[in-house]
Amino acid sequence: MKYISIQNNQAIPADSIPESEYEQFLEMNLSLTGNHPERHCVLYFGHRENDMIRLICCIADDIQHNILVSSARVSGNETLRSLSAANFSFEKFERELNENFGIGYSDHPWLKPVRYSEWRADKNSIIANYPFYNISSEELHEVGVGPVHAGIIEPGHFRFICNGEQILHLEIQLGYQHRGVEQLFLEKKRLIERVTLAESIAGDSVIGHTTAFAYLLEALSGKKADDEMLFSRTVAQEIERMAIHTGDLSALCTDVAYQLGSSVLGRLRTPVINYFQEWCGNRLSKGLIRPYYNPFPFTRKLADRLAEVFDRFEPDFREINAEISTLPSTLSRFERTGMLTYDQLLSIGTVGMSARMNALERDIRKSHPYGLYSTLNHTPVIKHHGDVYSRVQIRKEEIWQSITYLRELIKNIPEPVNSHVNEAGLLPEQFAVSLTEGWRGEICHAALTDDKGNLRVYKVKDPSFHNWLALALAVRNNEISDFPVCNKSFDLSYCGHDL
Amino acid sequence: MFNTIKILYHQGKQYIPDLRAARVPGIFRGRPEISSLPADVNALAGCCPTGAISVDPVAIDLGKCTFCGECSRLFPGKVKFTTDYRLATNDRNKLIVKEGETKPIVLDEKLIRTEIRRLFSGSLKLRQVSAAGDNSCELELNACGNVNFDMSRYGIEFVASPRHADGIVITGPVSKNMAVPLQLTYDATPSPKIIVLAGTDAISGGIFAGSPALDRSFIENNKIDLYVAGNPVHPLTFINGIADLLGIK
Repeated sequence: MKYISIQNNQAIPADSIPESEYEQFLEMNLSLTGNHPERHCVLYFGHRENDMIRLICCIADDIQHNILVSSARVSGNETLRSLSAANFSFEKFERELNENFGIGYSDHPWLKPVRYSEWRADKNSIIANYPFYNISSEELHEVGVGPVHAGIIEPGHFRFICNGEQILHLEIQLGYQHRGVEQLFLEKKRLIERVTLAESIAGDSVIGHTTAFAYLLEALSGKKADDEMLFSRTVAQEIERMAIHTGDLSALCTDVAYQLGSSVLGRLRTPVINYFQEWCGNRLSKGLIRPYYNPFPFTRKLADRLAEVFDRFEPDFREINAEISTLPSTLSRFERTGMLTYDQLLSIGTVGMSARMNALERDIRKSHPYGLYSTLNHTPVIKHHGDVYSRVQIRKEEIWQSITYLRELIKNIPEPVNSHVNEAGLLPEQFAVSLTEGWRGEICHAALTDDKGNLRVYKVKDPSFHNWLALALAVRNNEISDFPVCNKSFDLSYCGHDL
Repeated sequence: MFNTIKILYHQGKQYIPDLRAARVPGIFRGRPEISSLPADVNALAGCCPTGAISVDPVAIDLGKCTFCGECSRLFPGKVKFTTDYRLATNDRNKLIVKEGETKPIVLDEKLIRTEIRRLFSGSLKLRQVSAAGDNSCELELNACGNVNFDMSRYGIEFVASPRHADGIVITGPVSKNMAVPLQLTYDATPSPKIIVLAGTDAISGGIFAGSPALDRSFIENNKIDLYVAGNPVHPLTFINGIADLLGIK
């Protein structure tokens, strides 16, 4: 087998990634993932090298806790067999390769633009001309929603094909949020520029993305985060998770017109994000995580404040949840709405809480632990119904789990390390992958450096990259009036997808 | 019913009584103050991720500042961020804070179009357009309407359609792919109407300034009625900025 096995956040020489002929590369990655639910593709990308395109595929093995990296080289002019024809979870990656490099696929089932990147191969392909799927029938009608939506929310276009009130098909077209993040990582050379960029990938997952960025840069420069950094990053990740989950539970109540739940949960989020402000000066934690150093050490005083926040949060959170889970008016909207089966989730490569809602255990905190997660012995919250209510329950239980972890963690605050900022250059010709479990799920950052230690390629993958398709499938055969609550139950990122 | 009353009782009072005089908890990075102490000003300017710091005199442009705090970390004697969250103005130049200045950022009354206060001071409905915003400003604009901040006490609300709106609030650096939808939304809003830029990305492009994937022509070609600085904007910054524009006491 021509692949190399690496760990999360382990840098390897770029030329140590074994290269195969494309056909062998394809067969090998298909056989690694076929009938192996414990293995899935975390990243598959290409980059130009001389006149060729080098393809690099990273398959994560959740049981062995490693990542299997392989590569192939293609010219970009030939038409290739796709991996997606046999394993649909590769579909988005191959669409991206097609969009960015013009690589043709003979048997890709859904070869459409991904985000209309500024650096796409075909500049004639423009966002206004997206090739929507359609069904011609006098019985059916189409409903177009967006890109500008009715709430304070990011832009994207949803095209429904409906039979009366019933949704037969939903196609989600994105790209409106494309800012050129991956390219800007290469152009901006200073650490403060790059970390500011990482914080802006998705403003609701600042900790998730910036932590992935920080571990990746540290790996590529041969540095290790000290105990204080590991501690702060882990604490911050769990606070971010419970803050956003709480806000989402509020929004889910809004979408089923349960005003009391919406108000109570909305205001319960406030002290949690205000806590971030007390810690680092920003309610959404921008400025808190930096590679190589810890700008806001966690103190005993901060620990006591966090315990205070939880003491006040818990009784009100418990009370409102008891009400939500017994009210017929909320349950009738949540239960059996927007359902997905385990097989569907597996086939499209769903990650994070959207996978865990129906028995598909995908959780980087357990499968590829980083930070202090190996010491927490994390057990993922798993649900078995795949409906909106499962997504509600997962959030609720993960909030309790985060509180439990945080109360445990703050018992042992690491001694302050007298670390002064020690920025380090990146080592030449390295490759590394960094995975973190943000509140949505698996966040993946990967990079290659050139012979001078500059970034040659920087790749970002938000969990939304996979999970948007889960939303599109979940609403089939539901009433179109249930779309908002389905959408909110996933709460996917537009900017994280469009980059 | 009994449960509902019990829950309501347990909530107590959650709203901030006086939004115009509220204080933020913790170490918020708001309006900076730059001392006249000597410093390596070129190094100071060079440490900024977005080129917001200029020299001679030393000044920070809050329309470009990402409020990362790097300058105050490296030059603690020179730059200090205060907790003053009032960072909104209708004069772009007023967002530039110079060495030695300690006065608050205010609006230029002369620049406020007369119809704004005449028509909107009792009721202002806004349409939000996220144009490649990273969802941080969007979260904070949503928070303006929650039970803590309760912006609607002033008749200021976000509405679902530009047809119902008196103006638009733009977040994000404006991607090329959003340039047309942004223009369409503005065109669909009945006149007279206002334009508000919320957040550093909207005001200057922020860390994305100069990216070829942006198209900022809409921002450059239209008169902006209010600039609200922040990364993201704090709800108190936004609410007080709008209230100042409308002349609400």
